[in-house]
This record gives sequence, structure tokens and C-alpha cells, in this order.
Amino acid sequence: MREALRNAMAEEMHRDENVFVMGEDVGVFQGAFKVTEGLLDEFGDKRVRDTPISENTIVGTGVGAAMGGLRPVVELMTVNFSLLALDQIVNHAAAIPYMFNGHVRVPMVIRMPGGGGHQLGPTHSHSFEALYLQVPGLLVACPSTPGDAKALLKAAIRDENPVVFIEHESLYGIKGEVSDDEDEILRFGEAVVRREGTDVTIVGILKMAHVAEKAAAELEEKHGISAEVIDPRTLRPLDLDTILESVRKTNRAVIVEEGWPHGGVGANLSTLITEQAFDWLDAPVQRVTGADVPMPYSRRMEQAAMPHEENVIEAVLAATEGAIDG
Amino acid sequence: MAGLPDRNIALDLLGRMCLIRRFEEEAGRQYQRAKAGGFLHLAIGEEATIVGTTSVMRSDDYLIGTYRTHGHALARGTPADEVMAELFGKETGTSGGRGGSMHIFDAERRFMGGYGIVGGNLPLAAGLGLASQYKGEDSVTVCMFGDGASNTGNFGETMNLAALWDLPVLFLVENNLYGMGTALERHSAVTDLSQKAAGYGIEGERIDGMDLLEVRERVGEHLESVRDSGKPSLVEAFTYRYRGHSAADPEVYRDKSEVEEWREKDPIESFIRRCLDGGVLDQDDVAAARREADETVEAAVEFADESPEPALESLYEELYVVSETMGWYSVDERSPEPHRGELGEDAPEVMKELAESGAAHASEERERQTREGVRE
Repeated sequence: MREALRNAMAEEMHRDENVFVMGEDVGVFQGAFKVTEGLLDEFGDKRVRDTPISENTIVGTGVGAAMGGLRPVVELMTVNFSLLALDQIVNHAAAIPYMFNGHVRVPMVIRMPGGGGHQLGPTHSHSFEALYLQVPGLLVACPSTPGDAKALLKAAIRDENPVVFIEHESLYGIKGEVSDDEDEILRFGEAVVRREGTDVTIVGILKMAHVAEKAAAELEEKHGISAEVIDPRTLRPLDLDTILESVRKTNRAVIVEEGWPHGGVGANLSTLITEQAFDWLDAPVQRVTGADVPMPYSRRMEQAAMPHEENVIEAVLAATEGAIDG
Repeated sequence: MAGLPDRNIALDLLGRMCLIRRFEEEAGRQYQRAKAGGFLHLAIGEEATIVGTTSVMRSDDYLIGTYRTHGHALARGTPADEVMAELFGKETGTSGGRGGSMHIFDAERRFMGGYGIVGGNLPLAAGLGLASQYKGEDSVTVCMFGDGASNTGNFGETMNLAALWDLPVLFLVENNLYGMGTALERHSAVTDLSQKAAGYGIEGERIDGMDLLEVRERVGEHLESVRDSGKPSLVEAFTYRYRGHSAADPEVYRDKSEVEEWREKDPIESFIRRCLDGGVLDQDDVAAARREADETVEAAVEFADESPEPALESLYEELYVVSETMGWYSVDERSPEPHRGELGEDAPEVMKELAESGAAHASEERERQTREGVRE
């Protein structure tokens, strides 16, 4: 995954000299998570810029640079730190094109890794997809595979809109097929069906896309339930059609995310499904989310606060209770 | 003391200051008449700082300001018609009625916007400076902000970054002595704001922002030094707003006598006096400048009044650029209609569908508003 993201940036930097990378420790240190490894050597310090620890100004400088004709790729060290830059992301990057009536655009990417599982406690482990999903003017990407990550990041860099690009720290090490085609991009707003099924639709994002797939395999094996797994890949725009098509087939939906339950990705999606496909639903839409607490440090507590396959299976069983022969 | 400019320049400077004064007075009146909505921040009293600065800038320099920037746009050459129309929320406004008084914008004249968040424009200025530096252009970005903004985190962060990266930005504090209703000595531990620059290795200078000629001379020198060295600089211009923070400010925090004292130093009157004394302008010139400002502003009000409201059908326009990297986006999830998703590979066709869907929603909304008497 790391390499896929790195190569996406390197290819786009070769393609367009106005693309540059900046963030805390992206250069000499090679990136806090080593995603920008080697870029400084390859492109030099004009295009790979180490910044002071000043999140709001890093993003704001990116916004200004984008208004001035460049295409910045800004890295924030974690999604938790992105909260320090919320003013520039929401009040500026997202608002400027609209509030100035399209007379200026903000073509920039703000990359940020998040998610729990590394015992980093309540200030380094959160998932704020829902926060950014809410903001009109932003695009929000949340890739779960190396191939998608590369193709989506390339699309994000070429796109004219400000993009919040959320990565999951636990996925950096995973392997997967990645296209070498420098022209291949993945358009925003295209969900993918990871596994076909007929009894229930499971929607999962980021790491939870993988958890959903594993749960689906076990549901098939142990419970005889055929689950369809969908990874939306981008939350704004959201490919609701693919999800609805699936729900109209399976009549049941379970949404899996690592973030908090209230006002979450699942809450939003559940509403949309209920509004648009109510007549097709045979059971209430189920949500599997992270626990409604700041992420605790203790290994066992942290794991308890995160969704796992068994939680997904439980939710699917609740949604299909009595309706499917096991 | 800086010398007087020649007649043509003096006329131009006087004309711009008179225009701002007249425009702001009229904007205040139109606000009372509810023609302009929201918040209205007037810069009456600050004309010399504004015009003095813009008059020494090049056309390819960037200017970025605060929520008190009708005058900055006017000084940069944006037609008064368009600024007034923006205040009126009309389609012909600088931001098509989407921005309002606090968010005037004119890309063509490199006025990169007024911003409603105190200190929010500082990082943007660093970014504009970075863009110029990156492209090897010698444009300077002039970033104007108030004394209140010098207490924000953005100030420290941006000053540090600009100094660290040698960004061609001239930071210009329009110190009008109040952060909203909180006086300078009550909001800043260091009241000589030019001193704040030293902590970042930036040169800072305090100047008389009521004296047009001093502003021109000092800001001009800083501007060229930034251009030549590529390093940022800071100017603190002492100025004063006669009106409240916004039109809704009862001004309980200052004495009327203080306002009167500053009026004695009125930037327009003092400039006129010097031009008359120096024989650069005569009374007819002054009368003509005032008359022209009156006429321009009168015409601007008429233009704004007669301009159409933004079409409700355009509610979703300019939010996103839909290109080949972005397949589609859902226009409005509130719609009870079946979801309109990707209908084809052809983006323009999708955009058309989206526009129609948005228009349909807007029409319903308009009917509802009419029915419920929300609008006339």
C-alpha cells in the first residue's frame, strides 16, 4: 500500500511539475509512516517540502498555493492532527470555490492516515471519515487496497476539487495488485463489489472493507449465508446506486466502519438506504461501528473498542434472523 | 515627511480614497435599508492605509485581505457596481451573491479575496507567495489583516513558515486599535505589533496609516525589499475606523471623543490640505473628485438594485468541477426522488442531468417560499 501511494505521487510529480508534496517530516525523515520514502531524493526539496508543525498553516499554504496555480499534495501526520487544520479545510479549501463563484479553484489533496489498532490512545487513533463526508465542496476518498489507493490518489491529484484522502495505518503494509499503467486512474464515486452474494449487503470502508470480506467468508462457511460485500472507495461522491442495487437484491444491509456511531458513515448510509429502498428492506439496517469512547490505550480495551469479524457476523445474523436457512 | 506626488497621481489617489469613503457611507445606508444583509464592516477612516498600499503594488502582485475589504477591491480597480451588487447579494456581484460583504473577490485584479475568519487569510498568503516563488515569478503577495489577527495561531505559524521558506509576502497589519470591541492593550500583551515580527526573524516597522504619503513611501520600500530579497516583511499601519466593528456595533467600548480626535487626522482631509498647500491640486479638483465618487456610488446602487437575484437554479453550481476524475456527485440527498446516480460514462451528460435535478429541487423550493411568503 505504501509503495502504491508513493508511486502515485511520484508518477504524478513526473507528469506535472506543478505537483508538489509538503507536510511534517515528509522529506528528510521519509514520512512518519514512510509513505513519501525516497521522494526527496528523487525530486529535491523544492517539490518535497518538510514543514514546521503547523497543521492549519500547512493546509492553508496548500490552499493558497492551489489558488496560485500549483497542485499541492499535503500530508497530515494523522487524522487526529487534521483537526488542527479544520478551519482551513472546511472554511477555506471547501468553501472558497463556491464562495467566490467558481472564479478560483482549489485543486489540492490532503492525505491523512487514521484508524486504531496500534495502542496510540485517544489522540492518534481515530476515524473521521464522517466529519469530512459532511462537508460540501470536499471530495473524500477512503481506499482499502493498494491498487485502489494508487489509482484513486492519482485521480485526486488530477482533480480540480479539494480532496480529503484518508488512509488507514493498519493497511500500509498490505500487499495487492497494482497497475503499472501510469494513465490508469480510478474515478471518484465508483464503488466496487468485493464479493457477490444474495442474502445480505455488507458495506465496509478502509480496514473494515477487509473485515467485512472475512466475515462474509465465515458467514458462508459456518452459517450458509451469502453476503455481498461492497467497498464504496469514496464517500463523497458516494456511489449509492451500487449499494442500492445490491440492497434491492438482498433486502438487508449491514454497514461497517471504525468511526464513532453517532452521526457516522453508517448512520448516514443507513438513512439513505432507508429513504431510497425502504420497500425492499426486510430488516432494519444494521450498523457495526467503533465504540462510542475516545480510543483507549490498553491493548484489550482498544481491541474491544474496534469492530471485528464477529461483530459483523453478529449484526448479519441479527439482520437475517430466522429468515435464512443455516 | 514624504514628498507630494505629481498632479495626476494625486488626483488618482484622492479619487480612490473619496470613492472608498463614499462607497462605505452608502453601504452603511443601504444596510439600514436592509438592501445589504449579514454583517457589514466599514473601513471609513482607513482609506490611506488601503489606497497607499495598493497604489504602490504592481498589477501582478497579489492582495489578500479580511472581512473589511470593500475598499481594497475598489482600490485595486474592481468596479463599484460589482462590489455593491455583491453586498446586495445579486448575481452581478463579484462573487455572484454567494460571498457577500465579507467575501469580495476579483481574480482578474489579483485581489484574492476577503475572508470572514480572523487570521484565516494568513496561510493563504503564504501559499500564494509559495506559488510565485515556485514558478520563478517576482510577484509579491500583500497580506492585510487586523490587530486582532496578530493573536491567532495562524499569525505565528505563517510568519514562521514565510520566514523559513523565504516567501515573498508583505504582512500588513491594519492596526485600528480594536479587535472587535476589545482594545489593543486589552487583547495583545505586546502592543507594538511590529515587534512581533522580530520573533520570527522578520523585519517589522510601525507607520502612520492615516498619512497616505507615508504609507506609500514606507510600504513601497518594504514591497521592493520583499521583491528583491524574496524575504517576507511586516508593516504595522496605525489607523482607525470611525464606525463600529460592524454595522451592528453600539460602540460601548470607546469614547466618542476618541473618534473625534482621530477624525482630526482624517486621511482624506489631511491629504487634500497638503495637496492644496503644495499647489498640486486646487479646490476644483477636490470638488470634482468628490462629485465623481458620488456619481460612481449612486450608479453602483442603481446597478445593484436593478441587478437580478441569483437564480435559485444555480444553487449547486460552482460547488464542484465535474471532470473525468470525478464521475458524478449526488446533488441533494434530501430529494425524495429515487437516487440519481451515474447514468452514463459521459460526464457532460451527467452534469446536465445533475443540473436539471438541482433545478427541479430549486423550483419546488421557490414555490414553497412563495407559497409560505418567505420572499416577496
